[in-house]
Amino acid sequence: MAKAELMNYEMALEQFEVVIGLEVHIELNTKTKMFCGCRNEFGNEPNTNVCPVCIALPGALPAVNKTAVESSIKIGLALGCSIAPTGRFARKNYFYPDLAKNFQTSQYDEPIAFEGSLDVETPSGKVHTVLIERAHMEEDAGKLTHIGGSTGRIQGAEYSLVDYNRAGVPLVEIVTKPVFGAGAEAPELAAAYVRSIREIVKALGVSDARMERGNVRCDANVSLRPHGTEKLGTRTETKNVNSLRSIERAVRYEIQRQAHILANGGTITQETRHWHEDRGATSAGRPKSDADDYRYFPEPDLVPVQPSKELIESLRASLPEKPADRRKRLAADWGFSELEFRDVVNADLLDSIEETVAAGAKPQAARKWWMGELARIANESEEGVVPNITPAQVAELAALVEAGKINDRLAREVLGYVLAGEGSPAEIVAARGLEVVSDDGALIAAINDALAAQPDVIDAIREGRMQAAGAVIGAVMKAMKGSADAARVRELLIEMANK
Amino acid sequence: MSDLIRKTAAELAGLLASGEVSSVEVTKAHLDRSAAVDKAVHSYLYQNPESALASAAEVDRARAAGEKLGPLAGVPIAVKDNLTTTDAPTTSGSKILEGWIPPYDATVVAKLRAAGLPILGKTNLDEFAMGSSTEFSAYGPSRNPWDLERIPGGSGGGSSSVVSSFQAPLAIGSDTGGSIRFPAAVTGTVGTKPTYGAVSRYGLIALASSLDQVGPVARNVLDTAMLQDVIAGHDPFDSTSLPESLGSMTEAAKKLDIKGMRIGVIKQLSGEGFQAGVTARFNESLNLLANAGADIVEVSCPSFEYAIAAYYLILPAEASSNLAKFDSVRYGMRVEPNENATIERVMAATREAGFGPEVKRRIILGTYALSSGSYDKYYGAALKVRTLIQRDFDAAFAKADVLVSPTGPTTAFKFGDKIDDPLAMYLNDIATIPANLAGIPGMSLPNGLAVEDGLPVGIQLLAPAREDARLYQVGAWLEQAHENIWGKRMIDFAPELEVG
Repeated sequence: MAKAELMNYEMALEQFEVVIGLEVHIELNTKTKMFCGCRNEFGNEPNTNVCPVCIALPGALPAVNKTAVESSIKIGLALGCSIAPTGRFARKNYFYPDLAKNFQTSQYDEPIAFEGSLDVETPSGKVHTVLIERAHMEEDAGKLTHIGGSTGRIQGAEYSLVDYNRAGVPLVEIVTKPVFGAGAEAPELAAAYVRSIREIVKALGVSDARMERGNVRCDANVSLRPHGTEKLGTRTETKNVNSLRSIERAVRYEIQRQAHILANGGTITQETRHWHEDRGATSAGRPKSDADDYRYFPEPDLVPVQPSKELIESLRASLPEKPADRRKRLAADWGFSELEFRDVVNADLLDSIEETVAAGAKPQAARKWWMGELARIANESEEGVVPNITPAQVAELAALVEAGKINDRLAREVLGYVLAGEGSPAEIVAARGLEVVSDDGALIAAINDALAAQPDVIDAIREGRMQAAGAVIGAVMKAMKGSADAARVRELLIEMANK
Repeated sequence: MSDLIRKTAAELAGLLASGEVSSVEVTKAHLDRSAAVDKAVHSYLYQNPESALASAAEVDRARAAGEKLGPLAGVPIAVKDNLTTTDAPTTSGSKILEGWIPPYDATVVAKLRAAGLPILGKTNLDEFAMGSSTEFSAYGPSRNPWDLERIPGGSGGGSSSVVSSFQAPLAIGSDTGGSIRFPAAVTGTVGTKPTYGAVSRYGLIALASSLDQVGPVARNVLDTAMLQDVIAGHDPFDSTSLPESLGSMTEAAKKLDIKGMRIGVIKQLSGEGFQAGVTARFNESLNLLANAGADIVEVSCPSFEYAIAAYYLILPAEASSNLAKFDSVRYGMRVEPNENATIERVMAATREAGFGPEVKRRIILGTYALSSGSYDKYYGAALKVRTLIQRDFDAAFAKADVLVSPTGPTTAFKFGDKIDDPLAMYLNDIATIPANLAGIPGMSLPNGLAVEDGLPVGIQLLAPAREDARLYQVGAWLEQAHENIWGKRMIDFAPELEVG
């Protein structure tokens, strides 16, 4: 597929105002599904978490999961929404083989939560207020795997497999109002918004919030209009953009693509689009019009959800700290520079660092590990995710360095073994004998061996050419496989030279 | 033929309790009757004699062992084929589900099993319960034992004919707009649509979720009451099921007292449009009630004029969505077109082949009524009418404890009479539909034979929501008053079926 022509980003912004709208689906981590008692679990054998309800056997009826309703209310409250005294379910009718009933039980004109707002900070430090239109409850569909054909899509496939384990998993869909005025920051704002939503649902404990598993999924609507005009442009909806980085890239791409078309007198087709991470481009999906007819009507098999005032207030009282407040608190506690802190936020490492500090590490040490070595490993990995290491293990590593048991170089080596699954840092240091050698006897013996090969170094040091010490330190390190205490070696060399 | 088949369920329960007969004997007698007459009547879509007799033997064993048993334990029953059963195919009268054996029992079926009622078989119905005659069953119609050339009512014509032909003392029906009551009226039997939510719908293959209600079918009021007591009760699997118990229907059916009861006659459901013999018998019953000390009042329900129109928007709308699941992907019929077999085409070909004409008609109607641009005009307007009808009932029940009307406008019509005229067919339900729209309970019981054709006429009783007991109290009294006059039960006037 040919890549669409794009307008230079700055030029696009000069000519057009960007309007975005975001739909975020949160998969709740309830024990059971939205409308039946099946386990809500990821990664089981296909079609093992199913029952008459979630595969839509004739005669089966839904029953609402109360915990899912409470989780939805919590999300609504955390987003500053009003909670509906009566929330009604509605059927969204369309035929698709991953949708067992051929309608999705969702909410339409009476969502559980509506009219909220969220302050979102972009990497530049600017705070945007994003207005929330609604948060509603619905069920997930099953998962299709298309076999045969080249695209992995249903078109051209020889046959398709359906796994209904995910069918009926509770979802909350959060829909923003159109977001104006983000300007050049629209892509960053989109990503920062989703990050904030993730932080919120994670802090609420209502979702595992793992984007790579589809716990948080974002559909990004983008439209452009000439500056100074009122009428909204035709929008596209890029579906299921599943990493923060992709969201930013997809929105930027759509701005540039649409700007090119509009500037050349073309029109935007209202459609869904797919984001291709590998190509860094979107492609056309199915046409979507406002007349898409889902024939919504009130779900007659369910009575309306009517949360009591008492329930709502008790849920409100149980809400955790707001993400913005938490950031302020952490910034003050940790004492990072403004830039350092923002980098941590943008790298999505607040949680990891907070947990590492909680496990005993100094904030700067925790930051250095997560933003340095671990981030490097993450970038080099195929999935781009932070390696499989617990904050407690990072804290332990930092403590070993702090105590002088290992040096930075050894610490990186130990980290490698931790990631390889050899155990905790302390166990690895003990098992592999990696502790720094600061015993003078052993060090002096090694220094003497090194000096035997480079006899003129002592004279050089006496003459004040300290850089000459480096060669001996290097040789000692090499001989002792990196476990020498470099600072002590240096001190000893100077002592020897001064004798 | 054993005389056991002519006994009421209550009589059989007494004989079983005293040990005079065994459940196996009673069950066997009914199975023999079916072997003799069901070729002509065609009440059943499926029977499994071994399974029925095994259940009966188990009840007999339990009774011999002195285990505590429910009042109807050992009395066999027939179940409408739109309720799921793990030991019998469940088709809902449609080709699209031919041969499908559900992996779970409907809540009502589970209750019957727990109460020790052997299940004789699954009874015929119009496809997905859409119809008033069983002529829309994909497996051929059931016949009215009073005249085999006539319809047994629908959609539950299998259940009405099975009890009126003495193949079962009891049956389960479902009533979305009259599917229990109209068949009861035209076969001289009793059937109740309980208050919406009184009986679980879990395992009932949905026609229109907000209107469907499972209910009891029998040959007299007491048996019907005893059966409702077995199947009613809250079910956590049905969110619309009522949390509270409605009390004992059996006790209500034994009161036999109507003094001071206010009986409301619905102005809009009398006179015009009703067969003369139907109206005549209805007026006679009013006199009986009045003479016994009931207070007869007239009530007006002006919105009933729009009931059928509203019903035929709400029902198809819900049905179009409920029936969307029949897509060949997980169960049931699958038709693959010869070329270009995309999933859309497989779904379309399956639905084209698997659904009958009335089902297609209602799916198309409902899809249209819900589509954008039509919703407010049709579905939305129908919901408003529904509210108005509920208000009419509220006003009527402020003046009356029970409302009465003829159950159906005519006696049983002949096969083919209305099959090509959907509107005429829909008009059969003019008196029964309002109760479904309002969620209130209704009963039909025998009200004599029409002079002009000698066929059964039914009278309908309606009560406020949750007041099902009033139907049984008034119904049992009226039944007794009638039988005192007739000298026997109305069903005993039915012609003997030729046994072959």
